[in-house]
Amino acid sequence: MSSTVRYLQEVFGLLEEYEFRGQRQVVVPREKLFELLKFLKETCGFDMLVDVTCVDYLTYPCPPRWGRFGLVYNLLATETGERLIVRTFCDVETAVVPSVVPLWEAANWLEREVWDMFGIRFEGHPDLRRILLPEEFTDHPLRKDYPLQGKGERHNLPVITRAEG
Amino acid sequence: MPLYRADFVGNLAHDEPQEYLWTMNLGPQHPATHTTLRLVLKLEGERVVDAMPDIGYLHSGFEKLGEHLNYNQYVVVTDRMNYCSCVANNVAWHLAVEKLLGIDVPPRCQYLRVIVTELARIADHLVCNAAVGLDAGAFTFFMYAFNPREQIYRILEALCGARFTNSYTRVGGVMYDASPTAISLIREFVRTFPRALNDMEQLLNRNRIFIDRTKGIGVLTKEEAINRGVTGPIARASGVTRDLRKDEPYLAYRDFDFDICCATGGDCYARYLVRMAEMRESLKIVQQAVENLPTGPVNVDVGLRVTLPEKPQVFGTIEGLIQHFEILMWNRGFQTPWGEVYSAIEAPNGELGFYIVGDGTDRAYRARCRPPSFIHFALFPHLIRGHRLSDVVAVLGSLNIIAAELDR
Amino acid sequence: MALAGLPNNVLITKLEALVNWCRKNSLWPMPFATACCGIELMALGASRYDVARFGAEVFRFSPRQCDLMIVAGRVVMKMMPVLQRIWQQMHEPKWCISMGACASTGGVFDTYSVVQGIDRFIPVDIYVPGCPPRPEQLIQAILDLQAKIEREGTLFGREFDDPRRNLPPWALVEEPGNRPPPLESK
Repeated sequence: MSSTVRYLQEVFGLLEEYEFRGQRQVVVPREKLFELLKFLKETCGFDMLVDVTCVDYLTYPCPPRWGRFGLVYNLLATETGERLIVRTFCDVETAVVPSVVPLWEAANWLEREVWDMFGIRFEGHPDLRRILLPEEFTDHPLRKDYPLQGKGERHNLPVITRAEG
Repeated sequence: MPLYRADFVGNLAHDEPQEYLWTMNLGPQHPATHTTLRLVLKLEGERVVDAMPDIGYLHSGFEKLGEHLNYNQYVVVTDRMNYCSCVANNVAWHLAVEKLLGIDVPPRCQYLRVIVTELARIADHLVCNAAVGLDAGAFTFFMYAFNPREQIYRILEALCGARFTNSYTRVGGVMYDASPTAISLIREFVRTFPRALNDMEQLLNRNRIFIDRTKGIGVLTKEEAINRGVTGPIARASGVTRDLRKDEPYLAYRDFDFDICCATGGDCYARYLVRMAEMRESLKIVQQAVENLPTGPVNVDVGLRVTLPEKPQVFGTIEGLIQHFEILMWNRGFQTPWGEVYSAIEAPNGELGFYIVGDGTDRAYRARCRPPSFIHFALFPHLIRGHRLSDVVAVLGSLNIIAAELDR
Repeated sequence: MALAGLPNNVLITKLEALVNWCRKNSLWPMPFATACCGIELMALGASRYDVARFGAEVFRFSPRQCDLMIVAGRVVMKMMPVLQRIWQQMHEPKWCISMGACASTGGVFDTYSVVQGIDRFIPVDIYVPGCPPRPEQLIQAILDLQAKIEREGTLFGREFDDPRRNLPPWALVEEPGNRPPPLESK
């Protein structure tokens, strides 16, 4: 495992790699993300993409220096049972990352969900639409500057009384 | 068997409507969708050319809520996630929190959690197979499957007071220790359930109509299953020999003797059979766990400052009282490290994982849930393409989509 | 008296009472099951609780055949137009049971997408507390609804004469002084 990480360090110039509670995470610059994931899938045997998600570090006490949004790619090698978490960062202005749908079909809906909830665009995604919220929704609710109760969208609907049927 | 249009390349659901295609809307309120999901089907006669799922009709902001409730409060919300197997979600959530905190629960608690998770697995598989049967026209099977579920509800009610949405676990333990009544109810269930299961298998396993409706329908190959991130019984029905209980043993699963049920067909019938077989294995685990239940505390030591002290201590000693308030007061609580963990369990539906970001307080900074239903429903257009309209419900039932987990 | 000459097998009653008696004992529920409460609704229909004892076992998924909508589970903003449309497709007379805390008030889900009580948007007759309610509670709700149907004649739609019925339910209780007097029994 550590030899893989050392190799990644040399080839892709990892920003950081660390281990917490037995889980290894590597941080990679956004430009190198697709290459790295492709390498991991094709050479290192990480054939399953378990999860794609994002964390908004706007109000975090010690925000990471690479950007506001931290994307999380959770990989698994089904043969060996190894897990690896790949991180990459971006900001509101540069919220575009390459899509990994060409590598794993599983990323299709997961990336749509990240777009829906955080407003991060995935370049090269075949069908990047909102998935959970209605199309006419304008905000991205899991961003930290969006209030829990929303901005009144939930009650912006017509009322039907008894007499109307 | 699947009938693809070999000459067509492209995505029919999004391209211009063509004359020979019909568009049919299924859902969001339809008996065969079980809860709330919508499908837009493109039909050529009765053959489904493409399906376009539309979800989000039950999106309730679970993950946003997780950032505002503390680790013990949020367990109530996880109950409502996969409501066919509530306790499994509780266990998954608190295992993730305990991984973040770096604590291990005592053996008795581990065994109790194993028991409730396996009971939840049985309940979930029962309702899933009942739904498959119901959609394929076997209403009696539905009645047979719901009877043992009531027994499981009674056990859970004896364990924690709630029949359906249990919220049984707490950080560092469980809410109540198992009472003798609960233990005897579990023993009774272990004794009576095999007979109910035999009845159910005799009813449907070799039923000609059921086999015709499910065999060869919605085939998923092993490579596709891995590429599409499929886990749980659906992946095992396609030949992926992976089960987190064996591969990454959590809780006390190392102590038990059980098998992983796999099939190679990858169709709806194989999924049904895998679920049926898994119930037997789960029952084996429950039996072993309840017979070898260790004695001892069910919560971690109060010195770790994550669990509430015992009531006599709270009422009788000043230290106990202070500790009780320290944990309950809104500005104290317990402290978490600044770190991020991903922890997953083998939930009835597949790998149910939580990705938690801790920021020092007793609330998660981010509580991401990796929902198996969400991943599995993304499969649906792929599975149904080329089949008949009546196969839609069979495939949908065999995927066991729980809308609350799908949309969260 | 003309009635004195009637044979023994004739019963004299008011038409409205007879119709209401028929209606209350043959409710056809339309299960609008969105979430967890839906499973308890299934348990209500299954063998142990057997709602057929109260004449309400004919679950129909087509709104045009039903006269009782049971909203089981939380309703979110994307689902609300669907719920309203289904409610409008049902024929008069019709009733609505809001099952569970989420449908009645939003429950634990005070979030950006969950409607905080379906009675903000459609009329509701009976609220069932609980998260989720036990099937026994739902049976009680059906019995309460039967009592209400018996009390409140809808044969000629007289309850719509009251202008307050045109207001949404929550408008009536926003101010304490605005509370309507109890319905007089007929």
